[in-house]
Amino acid sequence: MIPFPILHQVIMYEMGWSKVTEKPNVLEMKNIVKNFPGVQALKNAELTVRDGEIHALMGENGAGKSTLMKCLIGIHPQTSGEIYFNGNLIENYSTADTLKMGISMIHQELNPVENRPIMENIWLGREPKNRFGLVDHQKMYEMSKEVLEIIDLKEDPRTEMRHLTVAKMQMIEIAKAISYNAKLIIMDEPTSALTSREVDQLFGIMRKLKENGKSIIYISHKLDEIFAIADRVTVLRDGEYVGTEETENLTVEKMINMMVGRDVTDLFPKVTCEIGDVKLEVKNLTGEKLFSNVSFDVRKGEILGVAGLVGAGRTEVIEAIFGIRSKTEGEVWIDGQQVEINSSEDAIRNGMALLTEDRRMNGIFPMLNVLQNMSISNMKKYVGKFNLVNHNDMKEDCTRYIDALSVRTPSMYQRIENLSGGNQQKVLVARWLLTEPEILFLDEPTRGIDVGAKAEIHKLITNLAGQGKTIVMISSELPEVMGMSDRIMVMHEGRVTGIIDNRKDLTQAEIMRYATGAMDEKTA
Amino acid sequence: MAKETSDQTLTSNDQSRDKKQIAIEILKKYGIVFVLILMVIGISFLSPRFLTPNNIFNVLTQSAIFGIMALGMTLIITSKGIDLSVGSVLALTGVVAASLGQTAMANNKYFEGLAEMPLIVPVIAALALGAFLGSINGGLIAYTGIPPFIATLGMMTVARGFALIYTGGSPISNLTSSFTSLGGNIGVFPIPVIIYAVAVAITWVLLNNTRFGKNVYAIGGNVKAAEVSGVNVKKNLIMIYAYGGMLAGVAAIVFAGRVGSVHPGAATGYELTAIAATTIGGTSHAGGIGTIWGAVVGALVLGVLRNGLTLLGVDAYWQQIVEGMIIIVAVIIDMRKNAKKK
Repeated sequence: MIPFPILHQVIMYEMGWSKVTEKPNVLEMKNIVKNFPGVQALKNAELTVRDGEIHALMGENGAGKSTLMKCLIGIHPQTSGEIYFNGNLIENYSTADTLKMGISMIHQELNPVENRPIMENIWLGREPKNRFGLVDHQKMYEMSKEVLEIIDLKEDPRTEMRHLTVAKMQMIEIAKAISYNAKLIIMDEPTSALTSREVDQLFGIMRKLKENGKSIIYISHKLDEIFAIADRVTVLRDGEYVGTEETENLTVEKMINMMVGRDVTDLFPKVTCEIGDVKLEVKNLTGEKLFSNVSFDVRKGEILGVAGLVGAGRTEVIEAIFGIRSKTEGEVWIDGQQVEINSSEDAIRNGMALLTEDRRMNGIFPMLNVLQNMSISNMKKYVGKFNLVNHNDMKEDCTRYIDALSVRTPSMYQRIENLSGGNQQKVLVARWLLTEPEILFLDEPTRGIDVGAKAEIHKLITNLAGQGKTIVMISSELPEVMGMSDRIMVMHEGRVTGIIDNRKDLTQAEIMRYATGAMDEKTA
Repeated sequence: MAKETSDQTLTSNDQSRDKKQIAIEILKKYGIVFVLILMVIGISFLSPRFLTPNNIFNVLTQSAIFGIMALGMTLIITSKGIDLSVGSVLALTGVVAASLGQTAMANNKYFEGLAEMPLIVPVIAALALGAFLGSINGGLIAYTGIPPFIATLGMMTVARGFALIYTGGSPISNLTSSFTSLGGNIGVFPIPVIIYAVAVAITWVLLNNTRFGKNVYAIGGNVKAAEVSGVNVKKNLIMIYAYGGMLAGVAAIVFAGRVGSVHPGAATGYELTAIAATTIGGTSHAGGIGTIWGAVVGALVLGVLRNGLTLLGVDAYWQQIVEGMIIIVAVIIDMRKNAKKK
């Protein structure tokens, strides 16, 4: 299983032949500078990864983590600086070369060939051939089985990719990296779409890879994961190297401090605000297979957190309330009046707003600019004489919100896809605030957002509640749910298993018991 | 943050480079305009007849018909769709308009005994029928979810079939003098060019200054996000294709006025010319990106090219080859322009 040269090195250490006390470095990136037209993305980045270590690369969005990795794997060669891999200076190479060298990257957004089987995805572009030069499917099947065994994935290699969960697709990507015999595997936020059980599974595989002498560069925003899995952490800020630390010498505060360059005093600035009358009532909401009998109410000024595992039906319930998913049964009441909501237009008219879970999929209009992205839901208010749009009002509002939410963008005419995730999210929040909503549904409002922007969005949510808005917030991060909510609704397999008052002594374990459907104490 | 600071250092340290960058940006954005200007300069050197007022109006008149269709196509392609049916819709609305616009004593009169109708009747008929056929396209796409390519491919064949049935396969001619006067001039300005200009102005306002126009960009940019953001996607899709169909009706009127008769096989392949003009003008088939000035410039590039090559005595068959290559080059340039900047 372990390629010979690595095994050889490992034996050398075990036997004390090496005079170096630390393990050698598999990767050294020194003084990396990367200029794009008009932008200096990396000023002086460094990264050193040891043999057989899991090395976390941290930093806020826009800190240059992805750019640094793109330099490494040859997508964007660096403007200046040196990269040593296995002690050798490497330069002028393509992405294909990096794979051959033994560097493999698992991207945040997976691009599987969905309608083809697992095995063809693994061996894409290097299919084993028989003596006639045709693809040898039998051999491919056996080779795939072998790789899948390494990561303990019990799937038939002939299964089409589209039948797999995101987590499994990720495992396939890892299998692919192994099949390339990669020495260094880069994982870019692999857990953002995984449930906690899947995350554990992933970590298991990562540890196994590490034991086999592989090195992993792990990019994530989730601090608890870093502490759970990483040996060392390197932090970048604004394209510059801040430092590298052993994880055991770090605290959450210290790490945040390194990333943002300032103290984030309070990640969850929850202040209790006056809670008013019942604003929204949902009664017996049922949708085809995905959720049933969902009932809850939320008051003015209240934040209702919605917890649950991925697939619990939380997003679906909210989409049904918002009128963009069909329901078979159930009623929605606002201010004591039953309302009929069958489209997002209806929802907006009734003072609702929905910040969706997946920014890229149904949030942003990537190639449109900030102004267009921000104003789309509020167009009705800008229409004036002869049904023409008043651009001045639109621009005024946009400027005001760019300022109020401190959106970092060169101008309102910048394409939104060129902004960092946190800033995209702020534009989307502004889109909804412009409609002056009374009820805000926030689906994973801080997913994939760096710590600094996260604290800002938390503060904003608290302020909104303070203004008497009604807030329903879905989050898969329990600390966030517990830090922000007045009450917590927990769902499991399409049903509400509990609505809990948020108390000081509430534990994550208690929420998890509801979320896993094990409500009685005995399984805890 | 990194972006802002480095932008500032660039302006303070290296102004000439910054200017160069702006120049590159302008060249990228308006590249096709420069291409048009270069073509005009080049051809006028080679052929002195090119830059005469007469010939310029000639180019504009020739471009008007597919130019008008390209305006609707711009909305459609910006919404991430395509409309293959506009050529056939032109033919069908054209024969219907012509049948209502014949002189009282016409040979082969379609509606025997029908008095001479005022011009407004065939015009309204063509526009309404065009919008109706377009709305069927839009409805199919919105409610059944079939791809625009397929829906409008079907309509292309169906509309052509109806045009043939309606006429029995023969052209309808002997149009009223008011109808054929549409092929003439007001002062020095050819009427087709005036109609084109009005259509440009209206479509421009529609796309840039109305809620509908904003929705077109949103639907093309990310249809799922549009659905969540309070855009009535189905209604807007129907309106987009109805507008495209209506403009095909306008083009049909111009066509009938100029030619003086309409054949059921008329305008075959015009949809592709309209798509080409739109594409050359920088409208992205990936959706969300498209401009009316682009559609106009695109149509003029094709118009100037055809006229210029004819003046230069280039063989008609070779013209097609040049045209095809221009389209491909335009899209290659365009894709580079829209490549994600990171």
